[in-house]
Amino acid sequence: MSKPVLEVRGAHKRFGAVHALKGVGFVACRGEVLALLGDNGAGKSTLIKCVSGVHGLDEGDILIEGEKVAIRTPAAARGAGIETVYQDLALFDNLTPAENFYCGRELSFPRWLPRGLRLLASRKMNSEAAAVIDRLKVKLPRFDAQVALMSGGQRQAIAVARAAVFARKVVILDEPTAALGLRESRKVLNLIAQLRDEGNAVILITHNMEHVVELADRAVVLRQGHKVGEIEKPNRSNQQDLVAMIVGAE
Amino acid sequence: MEDEVEAKFLGGSPSVQQGAEQEHASGLSVALKLLSAGPVVILIVLLVILTLSVPNFFTPRNISNILAQIAVIAVVALGQHLVILTRGIDLSVGANLALATVLGALMFRVTDNAFIVMGTMLLAGAAVGAVNGLVYVYGRLPHPFIITLATLSIARGLALELSIGHTTMRGMPATITAIGGGTSYGVPNSFFVVLAVAALVFVIARYVVWGRWIYAVGGQPDAARRMGIPVNQVLVSTYMMSGLCCGVGAIVLSGRAEAGSPLYGNLLELDTIAAVIIGGASFLGGRGNLGHALVGAVMIGVIRNALNLLNVNLYFQLIAIGVIIVLAVESDVLRNHLESRMRVKQAGALG
Ligand SMILES: Nc1ncnc2c1ncn2[C@@H]1O[C@H](COP(=O)(O)OP(=O)(O)OP(=O)(O)O)[C@@H](O)[C@H]1O
Ligand SMILES: [Mg+2]
Repeated sequence: MSKPVLEVRGAHKRFGAVHALKGVGFVACRGEVLALLGDNGAGKSTLIKCVSGVHGLDEGDILIEGEKVAIRTPAAARGAGIETVYQDLALFDNLTPAENFYCGRELSFPRWLPRGLRLLASRKMNSEAAAVIDRLKVKLPRFDAQVALMSGGQRQAIAVARAAVFARKVVILDEPTAALGLRESRKVLNLIAQLRDEGNAVILITHNMEHVVELADRAVVLRQGHKVGEIEKPNRSNQQDLVAMIVGAE
Repeated sequence: MEDEVEAKFLGGSPSVQQGAEQEHASGLSVALKLLSAGPVVILIVLLVILTLSVPNFFTPRNISNILAQIAVIAVVALGQHLVILTRGIDLSVGANLALATVLGALMFRVTDNAFIVMGTMLLAGAAVGAVNGLVYVYGRLPHPFIITLATLSIARGLALELSIGHTTMRGMPATITAIGGGTSYGVPNSFFVVLAVAALVFVIARYVVWGRWIYAVGGQPDAARRMGIPVNQVLVSTYMMSGLCCGVGAIVLSGRAEAGSPLYGNLLELDTIAAVIIGGASFLGGRGNLGHALVGAVMIGVIRNALNLLNVNLYFQLIAIGVIIVLAVESDVLRNHLESRMRVKQAGALG
């Protein structure tokens, strides 16, 4: 295991009376896929939303390459090199794939103007987005159509590709194959492997044990806001242990 | 799995697919194109019919008249359109415009400097817009309907109070009357104001980061937040822009009438919202371009003008505009329905 690029320590998060995270910690390393497992409501999405700056942690620390960082906004998380593919994808249906990729961090000029008043460098964004689509071998019916007109798998691929455009350290994917059929799942799994091979730490949330066994180098299990276990190299023989941890039957 | 890249880049044509599914999908896409071109086609047909059937419709004099009449609606509708792009609505535009003309008229009593009077109207408009945006965003209101309805009442009341019972406050600087009422080369100057505002809004919507953010916020507000777009600032600035357009409208109207009045802009919210929707923009946010607002404004102006030439009374005009709004909104509903059908078909075709 190489030096961790992301570490979370003692994370607590409450939503009113709901104590969603109760002192969770984990590490993620470059070139490695970490599976984050747990039943519905275990706190997986909450944990990664805290890391992505959507929620703030009530207690606990987030460390990037050993340094404590304050991640209070999504922009801060992205600035720290953390890219997230959300469970609901967070795509803009009314925009094209390229516009989606850069939305919120448009390439623009001139630099001396406030960001909102700058002109869009559309041609550059289009060509760079096209290059990423190309590199990830994503198939799209057309590149200049609104995302609204694309299929579930294509939309998922666009969301993953958007993360890939900017991924520098950590890529988090929240149930990226949940809504997909076999073929489209396969394509997304390949994308994940590619992001890993490009040197990112990948955090994968999924309910699919096949995918865990196939891709994950390590698995962390949450149950009712607690971290209840961690398994190195999940495989067919220790798959049963993982399932037992997830459902809580010893 | 097959790995060749099929993506067609930058304006490429859709990849060719065989089968009835795809044919069906392209039928849908033709229907969609027709629906989105609808307003322009209807406008052209309307113009042809009116030219042929209404005496004195297509004369230079009447065309110039129409242009002057629609100037205020068009300018304010452009701002309204930006607001509707964010899934919002600005009901205060008419009252905002009236207040701005009253403040302008009051300022004219202090100074006859046209720039100060114009500045007053622009500032007043933007200020009401800022109140709309700030209260909506930071007051965490569920919908801008509420605050803009409140400022509709407040601004109209303020305008009436400040004008101390005068329904018209005569007098405007010469520059303003020239902008609102003058012509150049037979074309009303106010038409050039519309062109200028339209050009500005066009550039913002197409080429400026802020414009992209407006579309993003309207398309998916939640995603916009997570993608690091300053959603609150975008919303506040958009309502301010709508207010600023009211200020421009106030300059045009008070210039044409050579007066300010607390009664101006009556039902302007109806006309501008109608213009945007009739023009083919969507209430669902994030869809449509400013051409829609312009086409809609022209259509309303043309219909009003034709009904006037035909001596149709004002009550019927209101009824006609209302019916047209319902038709326009229904076509928006139909368009969204076709779009989702098309999405399903495409997903099927690409397997
Ligand atoms: N914004 C919120 N406000 C209040 N409670 C919340 C919020 N987000 C999550 N919760 C609660 O926190 C707990 C953990 O939810 P979370 O979404 O993290 O689960 P999850 O592990 O991602 O489940 P799933 O597999 O269903 O996606 C649940 O009890 C949920 O109801
Ligand atoms: Mg979840």
